[in-house]
Amino acid sequence: MPNYAYIALIPLLPLAAFVVLGLFGRRYFRGWSGGIGTLAVLFSTGLSLWAAYRYFFVDGKVGEGYHQVIALKTTWLSFSPGLSIDMSVVLDPISVMMIVVVSFVSLMVHVFSMGYMKGETRYGTYFAFLGLFTFSMLGLVLSGNIFEIYIFWELVGCSSYLLIGYYFDRPTAVAAAKKAFIVTRLADLGFLIGILILSFYAETLDFRTLIQRLTDPTSQLAGITSASFLGISLLSWGLFLVFVGGAGKSALFPLHIWLPDAMEGPTPVSALIHAATMVVAGVYLVARLYPVYIYSDAAVLQVVLYAGAVSALLAALIACTQTDIKRVLAYSTMSQIGYMMLALGTVHSAGEAGTLGFTASMFHLFTHAFFKALLFLCAGVIIHRVHSNEMKDMGGLRKLLPLTHGCFLIACLAISGIPPFSGFFSKEDILLSAWHANKFVYGIALFTSGLTAFYMFRLYFSVFWRRQVWGGDGHHGEAPVTMKIPLVILAAGAVFAGFIPFSRLVTYDGLPQETHRVGVFAIAPVAMALIGIFIARYLYFKESSRPGRVAAALGGLYRTAYHKFYIDEVYSFVTKKIIFNLIGRPAAWIDRHIVDGLMNLLATVTARISAGIKGVQSGKVQDYALYFFAGIAGLTVLFIYLYT
Amino acid sequence: MNLSLLVLVPLITAVAVLFCKGLNGIRWVSLAGATVQLLLSFGLLALYWRERAAGDSAAFLYEYRHAWFPSWNIWYHVGVDGVSIAMILLTALVMEAAILVSWAIKPMSREFFILLHFLSAGAYGFFLSLDLFTLFFFLEVSVIPKFLLIGVWGSGRKEYSAMKLALMLMGGSALVFVGLMGLYYNTGGAGGTHSFDLMEIAQMHIPVEVQRQFFPFLFVGFGIFTALFPFHTWVPDGHSSAPTAASMFLAGISMKLGGYGCLRVVVFLMPEAAREYSPVIVLLATIAIVYGAFATMMQKDLKYINAYSSVSHCGFIILGIGMLTRTAISGAVMQMISHGLMTALFFAAIGMIYDRTHTRMVQQLGGLLKIMPFISTVFVVAGLCSLGLPGLSGFVAEITVFMGSWERAGEMYRLATILACASIVITAVYILRATGQAIMGPVKDPHYNGLGDATWNEKLAGILLGAGIIAIGVAPFWLQALIK
Repeated sequence: MPNYAYIALIPLLPLAAFVVLGLFGRRYFRGWSGGIGTLAVLFSTGLSLWAAYRYFFVDGKVGEGYHQVIALKTTWLSFSPGLSIDMSVVLDPISVMMIVVVSFVSLMVHVFSMGYMKGETRYGTYFAFLGLFTFSMLGLVLSGNIFEIYIFWELVGCSSYLLIGYYFDRPTAVAAAKKAFIVTRLADLGFLIGILILSFYAETLDFRTLIQRLTDPTSQLAGITSASFLGISLLSWGLFLVFVGGAGKSALFPLHIWLPDAMEGPTPVSALIHAATMVVAGVYLVARLYPVYIYSDAAVLQVVLYAGAVSALLAALIACTQTDIKRVLAYSTMSQIGYMMLALGTVHSAGEAGTLGFTASMFHLFTHAFFKALLFLCAGVIIHRVHSNEMKDMGGLRKLLPLTHGCFLIACLAISGIPPFSGFFSKEDILLSAWHANKFVYGIALFTSGLTAFYMFRLYFSVFWRRQVWGGDGHHGEAPVTMKIPLVILAAGAVFAGFIPFSRLVTYDGLPQETHRVGVFAIAPVAMALIGIFIARYLYFKESSRPGRVAAALGGLYRTAYHKFYIDEVYSFVTKKIIFNLIGRPAAWIDRHIVDGLMNLLATVTARISAGIKGVQSGKVQDYALYFFAGIAGLTVLFIYLYT
Repeated sequence: MNLSLLVLVPLITAVAVLFCKGLNGIRWVSLAGATVQLLLSFGLLALYWRERAAGDSAAFLYEYRHAWFPSWNIWYHVGVDGVSIAMILLTALVMEAAILVSWAIKPMSREFFILLHFLSAGAYGFFLSLDLFTLFFFLEVSVIPKFLLIGVWGSGRKEYSAMKLALMLMGGSALVFVGLMGLYYNTGGAGGTHSFDLMEIAQMHIPVEVQRQFFPFLFVGFGIFTALFPFHTWVPDGHSSAPTAASMFLAGISMKLGGYGCLRVVVFLMPEAAREYSPVIVLLATIAIVYGAFATMMQKDLKYINAYSSVSHCGFIILGIGMLTRTAISGAVMQMISHGLMTALFFAAIGMIYDRTHTRMVQQLGGLLKIMPFISTVFVVAGLCSLGLPGLSGFVAEITVFMGSWERAGEMYRLATILACASIVITAVYILRATGQAIMGPVKDPHYNGLGDATWNEKLAGILLGAGIIAIGVAPFWLQALIK
């Protein structure tokens, strides 16, 4: 058995960077902080690539397929026999694929940030937080224990909070950070209870054993499938609740509201956390427990399917109306993650093509990481020059930012699914699996791919063509070289990542498959994409009144999409009106006035009684004589009354 | 090791402080005393581990007995097991930090430090006692100084709060006393002598009817110390009026006396009654957790926020004890330690902020991260611990309570566990609201701009408590092995 213990270094190096920069960055390293952080992640990336090479091509294969390797395992906290949180490092096709994606994108973002964040007063802190995030995310994907993944899950949430709130003197950033944390926390509650349910019946927290026990029809775990709550088996409840946790992190409808606001963070952070890595954690979580999802009844995967489809469509509609470049990209991320979830949900009804959805989902996750990170980093360059996020402040930037223009175009083509760019292949697989599973969902996915092309090219034409808003001083170059290098590398990824024979490497059961791509099948999606691009060109290539007229013609639909389907308003009603005013305020009032009032009443009554009777002990002989004779008189009267 | 040293060192320090000349002498002697305590506790930990590793499996180690009131069979009887060592470590850490943050206390610094040392002597004695009478004696020792600390050095409605706290805690003690008497007179049986000895009573096994009768007295009595709903109302008033060090001690240690008492006396000696009353305990704990969390959400004063959140967090201790599974109870102990460290750190940070800005109102603060990065970081760490971030102690404790509670089958217990889990969302809401408004955001008041960050002693206090939180959060297995 090959020794994979060095894998532990992959997450630990960024952690070391976090500790060192967090403690000493501000005072001692200052400008060097970026270099230190980058160096740590560089080593992590190198190790990840090496591990991927070893795993996929040298010794990961046992017999026909790829097997799971547990590289490390140590008990962290044990509850009862069988139930313990182990810190483990697990290698299988998806975790190896993910460490490559995470460390690689993190490296790109680190390098980019050295230019983008230069001169910031909290430069060291920024890189410390990036290190913390990279550590947590790598830990998350390598987890072999369901509670271990929960631990890292919370840690990525915290690093996301810290990074969204990086510009802490902006109230909007603070509010966004808080919102992101609380919404995902709410979803994590589902995850936590899901863990409690699943682990209680399976009597283990270890993923491998958990999956074995829960999918074994002969096992004695009758309780979990026969016991039901509201007519649904506990197994399905557990899986559904775990999925809710994933939906929160992956910004699926209706738990997506934090993601657009999260764009308040520095743009490279958005590229890393809120586009390429953390937000796909939910997809990864479902993929991790996939055998159990398949084993349970179809309802849960149907939920996954429709949650994905609805998110993909809604987000694409909203993206068509937004004017903030980063928000358009955020909704686009949400839409693409919807695709990935949708693909995972296709299995049940899919029959033979069943496991295609799994591979397609992972494939799209992989290619998406490249082109979406690239889009965000391009947006970073643009914002860096224009000092605005609004599309109206941009236009005609292709001359000023030629390299960015080229990269952005590549990324747009990739996300729109134009061959031979990477997005084409992965989206093709997703559509294929959807076609086999559910024609209605296929229709949604196809329509959404047209919308995707439309809003991406709307963005592209508005920023780089249209009119010349930005004169530019011409003195500055496009961007520092540290910002340019990641763009070029990621662009190469966005072009070529699609050619990786993914289905031979990453499949649900580890056995290589051949994807049967049918040329004819590609016609519809590509045509949809081209239509989207042409509409975008017609409307946004030159300054005109056309977009306004179209918006006016669409009327209510446009306004509803522009206001993000009023979902934020619903949330704010529930939190402000119901939770704060109907629960919080009364609770606080009752505590002060009723519960404490009772305690004070007790004290007051005691004091009153004491005040009332203390006069009795006056110390005056006359008083005592009076009580004495009054007593005798009273008793005399009583006896006379009783005995006559 | 002679355990009585732990009680004697604070008393000797108090006497030494009495004869010290000058403020600096008082400070340094106090600090030296607290440091000796800290070293002693760590020494005790090391010795204890060595003994256990050597295979000593006695229930309590380093026992010492000395007749106190022989006619009543009252003994001064001390001894330690893993749980009491954990509590002693907690006390020593909080004490050291409390002295460090009280460096500039005025007026009457001498008296202040003497009272603090009395408090810690009482706490050590309580955690060491194996005789119920001795235990009760030390419980009282640790109540009275608090009245003075709040009444003299407090702020706001300090006389009211001091009186309220003292009366409610005295009420609790009175209930405990009734319960102890009940136990005492039911020991001995035919012709034997009555006993206060913990281990002897445990072996005698109190009849179930008697347990049923006296369980409520002891449980509610100790429960008042741990902010059992609805007897928690001393907590917000008491904490908000208390000076920083007293708040730290009060929330960090005193509230744990109740939890420890519930565990060591109530559940240990009356297991059958505990099982019978378990639904009531779980109900009250769940109310405290959820209702405390909602009440916290509406608070505007930082100290009130932390005080109410203590009500909610101490609910986890009671919940863990009430669930009666092994895992849940070990979670309750972890929560005692974790909450002790976390809340002391929180109060320390709030005290530092208040000393500089002279306000604790969330709305008047803002942007402190820019002005006092160290204090703000301390505040954020305490906050993240409170909302249960992995890597900090709160997570470990809460998760253990949840896992243990889930083991208890029954719909009501399941519902209670789910509600307790749900409270962590509300915790996130109030912690992040307070952090967002007070620590982050723009600087509200230009006067704050010139304010300094933590001084060396405050930094040391923050680092000590923070290190404790991280040590448990990153490597919980050692604590778990200790309290097993």
